[in-house]
Amino acid sequence: MKMIEAPERIESPPEVAPRNAVLRYRVRRISYKIFVYLLLLGLCSLILLPVAWMLTAALKPDLEPVFTPTPEWFPTKFWHWENFRRVLTESMPFLRYMINTMIIVVGNILGVLLSCSLVGFAFARLRFRGSKVLFYILIVTMLIPWQALMVPQFLFFVKLGWYGTYLPLIVPSFGGTAFFIFLIRQYMRTIPKDLDDAARVDGLNTWQIFWRIILPLSTPVLTVCAVFTFLASWNNLLGPLIYLDSDEKFTVAIGLANLVTRADTPWNLTMAANLVTILPTVIVYFFVQKKLIGGIASVGLKG
Amino acid sequence: MRVARKGLIARKEQRAAYLFLSPWLIGLALFWVVPILASVLLSLSEWNIITPPHWQGVQNYREMLFDDRTFWVSIRVTLKYMLLSVPLYLVCGLLLSLLLNLKIRGINLFRTILFLPSVLSGVAVAVLWVALLNPDVGAINEVLKTLGISDPPRWLDSPTWAVPSVVLVGLWGIGGGAIIYLAGLQNISAQLYEAALLDGAGPWQRFRYVTLPMITPTLLFVLLTGLIDAFQVFDIAYVLSRGGQGGLGDSLQFYLINLWNEAFVNGRYGYASALAWVMVLVAAAVILLIFRTSGRWVYYEYDPERER
Repeated sequence: MKMIEAPERIESPPEVAPRNAVLRYRVRRISYKIFVYLLLLGLCSLILLPVAWMLTAALKPDLEPVFTPTPEWFPTKFWHWENFRRVLTESMPFLRYMINTMIIVVGNILGVLLSCSLVGFAFARLRFRGSKVLFYILIVTMLIPWQALMVPQFLFFVKLGWYGTYLPLIVPSFGGTAFFIFLIRQYMRTIPKDLDDAARVDGLNTWQIFWRIILPLSTPVLTVCAVFTFLASWNNLLGPLIYLDSDEKFTVAIGLANLVTRADTPWNLTMAANLVTILPTVIVYFFVQKKLIGGIASVGLKG
Repeated sequence: MRVARKGLIARKEQRAAYLFLSPWLIGLALFWVVPILASVLLSLSEWNIITPPHWQGVQNYREMLFDDRTFWVSIRVTLKYMLLSVPLYLVCGLLLSLLLNLKIRGINLFRTILFLPSVLSGVAVAVLWVALLNPDVGAINEVLKTLGISDPPRWLDSPTWAVPSVVLVGLWGIGGGAIIYLAGLQNISAQLYEAALLDGAGPWQRFRYVTLPMITPTLLFVLLTGLIDAFQVFDIAYVLSRGGQGGLGDSLQFYLINLWNEAFVNGRYGYASALAWVMVLVAAAVILLIFRTSGRWVYYEYDPERER
């Protein structure tokens, strides 16, 4: 993704300008830069200070008040790292919640990558009757929020006997997700068609073209889809809330929500649990953020 | 002979295509078509899953419109949220992306930090903000008091401030929306700015006559998703109202919270299906209305590269 921006705002100073004009120009330029940096630093501290407060609170011992008249933004004198161990295994089962959530996440990533790459390939590179109509249907399903259908879907899965299992949270992803199919299709369309023709001359069939040529070339978009799927299913509250009924099966989102909704959880442990559950998403985010932002940018919105 | 052979290849390709499409086609039938049909029937009946469904025509819709106070409360809460959040997020997201699009040293670090909240779960963000927004001891009100505001809002404990609190929490994650704007900004050709510069356009004129028209397709997209999202506020409202109870005086009784309560707490699956249909119809009407008027303000550039 090439970076294009508004050109620098100030035109270059006239060659024979009087000394103080040049000076004025420089002062204006520097003060503009200082203003921008101050603004950015201010905005970043609005993001980071609450997170720092959360860490401070999480490291406090049980009897120390979490709320202080002047908010304490950075780890102060308390460093009770064992609070994290307590929420993971001892006082709260967040390690189990994380493993449970991971099962759903892995299932969803497998489902999305498998089905969406197959379907995206067909839409991007194969000719078949009804392709236009089916593509319109795909776009329409992208616009309908799944929440609109959650009641009949719930009843359907209950009738199948899947209530209380992870199946309703995993199996639908094997039917493809419209948004990811769309992303993959857009990406695969940019791969030169000559590759397919050359491969056909070499005697490869459609499956081999998909598996050996197009799929390996599509890893950037597949990575984006996998990361989005990870974030969406790790963070999902409504789905697990509807389908899971026992504490052994709960996910991190339900576990966290329960800390607040069922009251009297000490705040230091609540914040420790919160940090523990956001850590995996933050780590993944730092590793792939360039690709993620580029991924959204490359697809464009006019397509 | 040749024609027949060509037809054979095309038929083979077609058969392969449908094989590749089959996971989606099966999913479409099972998770979309069947539920949509079932949902229509359900919305016209009364069913609690235990006793057999009982057909009752448009009774659910009649009850919703004339006898259900909570339904109208949820409409009011959702509209209030929509009117506050959509314009605010639209403008703030754009301003933030303009700032993040500047070519200055360290901008990648700033971007990384400002996008961070958008990967955090709604639940985690809500849990954090329940603590920050605590009216008596929370950090926000402590800061406001030091700034000289002796009587700061009671946030979630106040029916007036509950929805603005949700908007405020969403504003903290505005970076996610800025990514989309940033993508739009980076698609604007540098030549346009050069041409404007040669014509002597100042920074404001460059924004007004180049950036703004070129970014209208992104604005349309953000506007539409913002409106649809207002119907789907759930995670934050669920946590902030202590388990989807609707908050103080039903001040957090968002549309989806109400629907979830009717279906999964009260077990009224028929009524909840009717609520879902009203949601879809209202959202569809809003989308159509915006699309109808969008021709007047959305600028589409003719780009031969995109014509394929």
